[in-house]
Order: sequence, then C-alpha cells, then structure tokens
Amino acid sequence: MNTTSINPKVDRRDGKLAMAHFYVAFIALAIGGLAGLLQTLVRSGKFELPSWTGYYQILTIHGVVLGLVLTTFFIMGFQLSLVSKTSGTLTDKQRKTGWIGFWTMTIGTVMAAIMILTNQASVLYTFYAPLQAHALFYLGLTLVIVGSWIDGAALIMAYTSWRKANPGKPSPLLTFMALVNTLMWIVATIGVAATVLFQLLPWSLGLVERVDVLVSRTLFWYFGHPLVYFWLLPAYMAWYAIVPKIIGGKIFSDSLARMSFILFLLFSIPVGFHHQLMEPGIDPAWKFLQVILTFLVVIPSLMTAFSLFATFEMFGRSKGSTGLFGWVKKLPWGDARFAVPFIGMLAFIPAGAGGLVNASHQLNQVVHNTIWVTGHFHLTLATSVVLTFFGISYWLVPHLTGRVLTKAMNKLAIIQGIVWAIGMTFMSGAMHAAGLLGAPRRSSFSTYGGSEQAAEWIPYQVAQAVGGSILFLGIILMLYIFINLAFFAPKGEEEFPVGEVADEAEKTPMVFENWKLWLGITVLLILFAYTIPFIDMIENAPIGSKGYKFF
Amino acid sequence: MHIHKFEKIWLIFGITTLIVFLSVIGVSAFYLGNQPPSCLATINPEKVDTTAPFDEPGLKKVEGKEWDYELVFVASAFAYNPGQVEVPKGAKVKVIATTKDVIHGFQVAGTNINMMLEPGYISEYVTTFDKAGDYLIVCNEYCGVGHHMMSSKIKVVE
Repeated sequence: MNTTSINPKVDRRDGKLAMAHFYVAFIALAIGGLAGLLQTLVRSGKFELPSWTGYYQILTIHGVVLGLVLTTFFIMGFQLSLVSKTSGTLTDKQRKTGWIGFWTMTIGTVMAAIMILTNQASVLYTFYAPLQAHALFYLGLTLVIVGSWIDGAALIMAYTSWRKANPGKPSPLLTFMALVNTLMWIVATIGVAATVLFQLLPWSLGLVERVDVLVSRTLFWYFGHPLVYFWLLPAYMAWYAIVPKIIGGKIFSDSLARMSFILFLLFSIPVGFHHQLMEPGIDPAWKFLQVILTFLVVIPSLMTAFSLFATFEMFGRSKGSTGLFGWVKKLPWGDARFAVPFIGMLAFIPAGAGGLVNASHQLNQVVHNTIWVTGHFHLTLATSVVLTFFGISYWLVPHLTGRVLTKAMNKLAIIQGIVWAIGMTFMSGAMHAAGLLGAPRRSSFSTYGGSEQAAEWIPYQVAQAVGGSILFLGIILMLYIFINLAFFAPKGEEEFPVGEVADEAEKTPMVFENWKLWLGITVLLILFAYTIPFIDMIENAPIGSKGYKFF
Repeated sequence: MHIHKFEKIWLIFGITTLIVFLSVIGVSAFYLGNQPPSCLATINPEKVDTTAPFDEPGLKKVEGKEWDYELVFVASAFAYNPGQVEVPKGAKVKVIATTKDVIHGFQVAGTNINMMLEPGYISEYVTTFDKAGDYLIVCNEYCGVGHHMMSSKIKVVE
C-alpha cells in the first residue's frame, strides 16, 4: 500500500531551499510576463518598442525566462519539497547539495540574462545555430542545466536513502513521481548539454570555425520534447496525488499512476523528429517512426484523464450524488487549490488535440512554425501547467513559510484563474486561427509589403493583444498573491495535501522501482530511434556553418 | 496488476483509435506518397550562387520529369531570390530551395508548402498550383533582426 506521509510538515530548512527556488521562479514570471505583454502589443501593429530594445530581444527574454527559468526553478523547488514531505527531511548533505544546485542555476541564469539584456544573445530560447550568441550565454544555460542536475542529485540521494531504510517497500508515490521526472530530465538534457559543450561553446569561443547545424538541431530536439514532459509531469503529480486529497477523495490507483509515469519516461524522449518533420536532412521513414513513438504518449495521457475523473466521480458519489454527472456539483468549486488546477485540466483537452495535429506526419505541414504552434503551447505550458503550478503555490508557499491561505486570497486566486482562462481563450484562440491562415510564429509586426493575405492576420493579432493584456493582469494578481503568501499572510498552519490510495486499490507491484529495467528500455528505445539517422547525418554532413550575428 | 473494467474499455477504445489514426497517416505517407519535404541532398552553403540550379533562381520549364516546372529559390538574410515569380495555373511544380547563411523558413502562407531551409541542405517539395491568385511566401523561422521583412510572392496566373 501507499506509505502515508512521514512528515506532518516540511522541515523549515528544506522549506527555505524550496522557497529560494520559488523566488527566482516568480521574479521570472514578472519579467517574462511583461516581455510577453509587449510582444502582443507590438504585433497588434499599434505599439512600437523604444529604440534601445527590439522585438526579438524581448522575445528571447520571454522564452528563456518563462520557458526555461520559471519552469526549471519551480519544478525543482516543488520536487524537493515533495521528497522532504513524503520521504522525510533531507539530510544536511542532501540539503547542501540542493543549495549548490540552486546557486549554480541562479549564477547561470544571471549570466545568460546579462548577455540577452546587452543584445549579445537575441537567438531565442531555441538558440538555433548558425545564429551565434556570445559564449557566456551558452555557458550560462549550461550552468542552469548542471545546477538542475545537482538539484536532481539531492533528490536521488533522498530517494536512495528512503529505499535503504525501507527494504522491500514501494517508495512514497510523490517521491516516486519526482524521481521519474528527474531521471527523464537527466537523460533528456544530455542531448542539449552535448550540443552546447561540444558544438556551440567551442564554436562561439572561436576554437572551431564551423558547426554542424543538423546535428545541433537534432541534439536540441532530443531534449526539446522531453522538456515539455518535464513541465507537464509535476502538474500530473498534483492532479494524481494532491488534488484528490484537496477535494477529500482518494487516489484512484497507486499502481496505475506509477505505470503512467513509467510510460512517460519511456516514450517522451525518442520522439524529437516530430519537431523536425519539415527538415531536409532526415529520411521520412525515420521521421515516421518517431511520429509513432510520439503518439504512444497518448496512452498514459488517457490513463491520467481516466484516473482523474474516476477520482472526482468516486468522491461525488461518496457524497451521495446521483445520475451520470451529479458528482460535478459536489466538487469544491470554491477552493482555489482545486478550481485553478481544474481549469488547467480542462485546457489540456484542446491542447492535447492540437498536439496530435502538430505531431502528425502530414498535418504538421500546414501548421509548422505558424503561430498555431505558439497557441498550442500557450494552452499546454502556459495554461495547463502554469495554472496547476499556481494552484500548488496557493497551499505550498504558505505551508513552507508557516502562514495560511486566507479566504480573501482564496477568492482572489479563483478570480486569477478565471482571468487567465479568459485571457488565454482570446490569445490562444486567435493564435490557432491565424496560424491556420499561415501567419508565422516568432515574427514582429509586418504587413509583408501590403500583402492582402497578411492583412487578414491583423485582426487576430489585435485579439492576441487583448488576450495578452488580460493575461498580464492575471500575472499581476498572481504576483500579489505570491508576495502575500510568502511575506504577509497571517501566521498559521497550511495543510500539505498528500492523497491516500482508495481502499479497494490493490498492492503496488515492486517492478516499478526497478530502475535498471526502465532506464535500460529507455536507452534501447533512444538507440533504436536515433542511431541510424544520426550516423546518416554525420556521414552525409555538408560543410559546417560559420557563425552569424544578425541581431 | 489490477485494471478497472471501465478503464480497460477506455484504454482499448483509445488505443484502437490511435492505431486507426496512425494507419491513416502511414497509408497516406507510404502508399499515397504524402511525405514531408525530406530531400537528402547537400550543398556547400558558401557556394550556392555558383552551384546549379541555384545559380539561376526562378521558374524553369523541364521535360521528361514527373513535374512540368522547377521553381528555384535562394534564401539569405533577409530576402528570397526571386522576390516575385509568376506560375501558370495548374502547373505541377517542384519547389527547390536552399539558404546561403542561417536557417530560414519557406512557407507559402495558407498552403501546405512548408519547409525548413538549413545551411548545407537542399529542400524540395512537389506541388500543383490549382487556384489563381497571389500567394505570399514568408520566412517562418527566426533568422535575425529583419526576419519579419523577409518574403516573396508567387502569382498564379491563368
């Protein structure tokens, strides 16, 4: 059975470590959100940036700060607090490792930020060669990743010592989930570390003259898709194992939750080619293979959807609801800890459907690099994931700081969720529509020489600016709530909700803890999906590219 | 491991749908030939201007091939060569493109002609222009400060 939580609350010293991560994450939200607002305003065609900055510089800030900094810091802080809560207070050595990780990531972030702000790295968060940023930008991003590995090491150490102390028992569910996500992250980031360390860094330092663009892109996307699952899995942790407790129900099945996480570990990495479907140097048959592997994550996603709604329904029926959907009324809609992540879950339905389009061998051709894609990940990352992170913050931040979520803040948090949903409906909806008409992503405002086709996109761009403005209001609300919960809310005890498994669920099989098996299969799948195309790329490589600085 | 009856039904339904969907994509790709642009040819990106067919960008009638015309584009920051081109309606055209410097996009907006242009590689796509009118070509991969100014136009004429 699931081991019930050991710690009634997270140790204050571990809480400080997690909070340090959250401070950086929410500063990132403020900066990145402002950059996002400015972009939508520029693209409406009715606003111009001051001469000392440019659209693509702002776009780089938005992407790096929200896509890489906010997410990585929040997730690491969240996972460390999950482990501390469910597997026991970190040892001094583990906590120290966590702090080294935190400072390594922070130093890296500052380095990259300085390079972006001085316009020496306006290469967007994908930093595709042969656009060449300053070496310190690549070094900064490397430190962010290395720092996240060190954070991950603290987590793995905590898991290992729990297993040693409890032989033959399955680890606590939330620790298990945090571990899976960390392992996936480590395997995936090897790709981006390889391209940065062996290709981009020596090249930007002038040690080598040329870079192989296709190899670098392939290594980037080997990391780039698991990256989105690295964002998503913490939201799933909250949906699977925390939301049930908040509503007063039980986890539907511990084993199924573990199985779906293992399937994500297996199927989220060997799929990068579906981001490269429109590229010239990869054989279509290999692209198709990775499309199939991509679609396999549909299975754990369906399992998750089932498990969540089963939990909701079981809870409603236990409260005496009748009829097919009577249980919906029994859910605690007035509780921001439930209602806000629930909006995120709803957003995941259209988001997932859009993802199927993006990953499809031929449908991708219509939407590739159009603003449809931007609309898609503003539903997945910027709604499903981010609203769930906000929902987590509403109890985790006061829990860690020894304060409480007051009724007033709870109400404001629900308003925040609704504002977000409205803003995103406008912005993401308009992006999807304009993308189908062919409007490109990552482009500043342009009439393309008075083109009639481009003129059709402009009303949608105005709608994006309306949505972007509403979303920025949502960010201000969120920052206000975060600062309140971190510094000003009344002192007290806020619950750390950890779900318990339903009584009728069966014993968790130990096979899920067999990391040699799961990592072995992961590596085999990666080798299967990448070895031959990779050898192809290197054998048939054209002359490499010199660096260009077009910014 | 025990799996609930309804969950089994749900997963069987989901996986069946997945198989059907993937089969449709597979048949379309390997039987009907609807493959993404994956021309496996390479080129020296620094000698594009002197390498055929990129030494003469534009539309050229060809004989004895599966397509009637070849339409050659050279992309560089921040323009396409040619900047505008006329194509007869109904023509079956092989679009051939490459880049001289950084990565560029090549999308005929609102159609499924959509390719990445990467230094060192040639991208190709065969298509038929069925409808008359002006089609905007945009760069849809960030290539630098003038990225949003980079475009070209195909006029499909009767």
